[in-house]
Amino acid sequence: MTVTAVPPEASSASAAPRGGGVRRSVLRRAVPYLQAGPLALTLLVFLLIPILTIVAVSFWDYDSIRIYPDFVLTNYEELLTSPVTWKTYLNTVKFAALTWVITLLIGFTVAYFLAFHVQSTTWQMVLFLVCTIPFWTSNIIRMISWIPFLGRNGLLNSGLISAGLIDRPLEFLLFSDFAVVLAFVHLYALFMVVPIFNSMMRIDRALVEAARDGGASAAQVVWNVILPLAKPGIAIGSIFVVTLVMGDFITVRLMSGGQSASIGLMIANEISLLQYPAAAANAVVLLAVVLIMVVAMLRIVDIRKEL
Amino acid sequence: MSTGSTTAGSTVELVKLRKSYGSTVAVDGIDLRIAAGAYCCLLGPSGCGKTSTLRMIAGHEDISDGDLLIGDRVVNAEPPARRGTAMMFQSYALFPHLDCTDNVAFSLKMKGVSREERRRRAREMLDLVHMSQYADRLPAQLSGGQQQRVALARALITRPGVLLLDEPLSALDPFLRIRMREELKRLHTELGITFVHVTHSQTEAMALADLVVVMSQGRIEQAGPPREVFNQPRTAFVARFIGGHNVVDDAAGRWAVRADRILLGQPEGADHAVQGTVRALEYHGASVHLTLDVPGAEDFAVVLDESRFYDAPLSIGDRVTAGWKARDVHPLVS
Repeated sequence: MTVTAVPPEASSASAAPRGGGVRRSVLRRAVPYLQAGPLALTLLVFLLIPILTIVAVSFWDYDSIRIYPDFVLTNYEELLTSPVTWKTYLNTVKFAALTWVITLLIGFTVAYFLAFHVQSTTWQMVLFLVCTIPFWTSNIIRMISWIPFLGRNGLLNSGLISAGLIDRPLEFLLFSDFAVVLAFVHLYALFMVVPIFNSMMRIDRALVEAARDGGASAAQVVWNVILPLAKPGIAIGSIFVVTLVMGDFITVRLMSGGQSASIGLMIANEISLLQYPAAAANAVVLLAVVLIMVVAMLRIVDIRKEL
Repeated sequence: MSTGSTTAGSTVELVKLRKSYGSTVAVDGIDLRIAAGAYCCLLGPSGCGKTSTLRMIAGHEDISDGDLLIGDRVVNAEPPARRGTAMMFQSYALFPHLDCTDNVAFSLKMKGVSREERRRRAREMLDLVHMSQYADRLPAQLSGGQQQRVALARALITRPGVLLLDEPLSALDPFLRIRMREELKRLHTELGITFVHVTHSQTEAMALADLVVVMSQGRIEQAGPPREVFNQPRTAFVARFIGGHNVVDDAAGRWAVRADRILLGQPEGADHAVQGTVRALEYHGASVHLTLDVPGAEDFAVVLDESRFYDAPLSIGDRVTAGWKARDVHPLVS
């Protein structure tokens, strides 16, 4: 806030009548609140109220045709005591972990190349924009485009067969966990590249020279200087990737061919069966889990200097 | 030195050393020999090639042409750590995520020295630069002068034969600069290693160096002991850059005379004299600095002892005769 606090004495000492001075100082005090108003209102309407609604509905009762306002814990009970929930959480966390590791490796490597090996700023910008090209089409299109490539008679399988490398089509390529993770990595790698690149661009190049001066090899420079200083970017990218994967349902449904499950998919199914309170309870638990993961990441890395 | 045997300094020799960036020539084939254990200052205005030269010696800049010898080895292709040099960077370049001890111990860590051992040796090195009490602080928690001491300790822990300093004092306030100057001189004497120090301040170069190398436009204008450079500037550039000289063009060619050797009024024993008008006048305490308008020189400076000036005070606009002795005239190479 840059509103300067004029001392109240100063404003009441002005030539204006006493009543006017008081009114003006009230107005002055209100200015910061007015400035914060629009954002607060937006957050209230688009974030707080929907979440509170979901929390409220999660305690409601339902049957196969309608939902009843109530306060019951059965939704949570059924959710947390069902082995399906636990298996699905495990599966979702598995997707998140695999996607995180792979996007981190790709993101770090690409960002490192862009930040430290591309010398000219023009080329840096060009290559950076090239990274964003996949974003010119929608997520769904990008996922679907994998199907003719990975399918049983797809480009990859027919290519490998005609090259004589395999006899029969590889079955794991499509409608499998492999395909799900592949699609996730494809969709979200850039969310890792951008913040890590941003962190790396802030690293003083003299530090790299100082490390080389101290006898560090290229790998030692990366491990001892660049990696620690890129941590805030890694944390931000990780938050993006993990939250996106944890909440996803469409990628899992499309790429696993309905053979794999995620929490998002579970919620979507409950909604399609009009079990809104069950879906709401599931969403509240998912929100709590994701928040805990984010807080854990922020405890490990201090991202404040990046903001 | 308390940390064991001192490393003797190494000689540094530049042979036709050249650095070009595309068509721009930063260092234009310079030859220089710096004796082992010398304190050499590379002096010049910005863009004269002094920093490029230092960075080539350090191994942070590729050599375009020519040879670089440290000790008696050609080290053109060697990485920085195998040249026996250590560099102190202008911005200090301390690792912001490591405390002072780990910063100083960095090169030992790279060599695989155990944590206990390297932290112990780093503490000794911090002791040498009087920074032991800040051993656990992060660089951001230190003042500029303290950061510099840590950077110095980090460079010295590798026991280099040559310490390279890139404008080490330029970021400090004037008071601290003088303190650090003494400190550098002390370390140089104590360690006995070769120092190569880049600066644009002639005061700094004069105060510290045994060998002053004045550079301009990628070439060495003059290299020699500070007294020689000051008393016998070879070119007009050196005379102007070092300061305290008047450069005059006349029938006899181009020559210089020191501003504090000028006699004013009706000078007795002056072999040459010229008429001028006082244009500016500054009181500097111990001395008074005058600028005269005279034919043949842009700014004709006169430095007078304060008491001598007030024996016969002058004011701006006065006509005055300035004279000097023949032995104070130095012809310059044009």
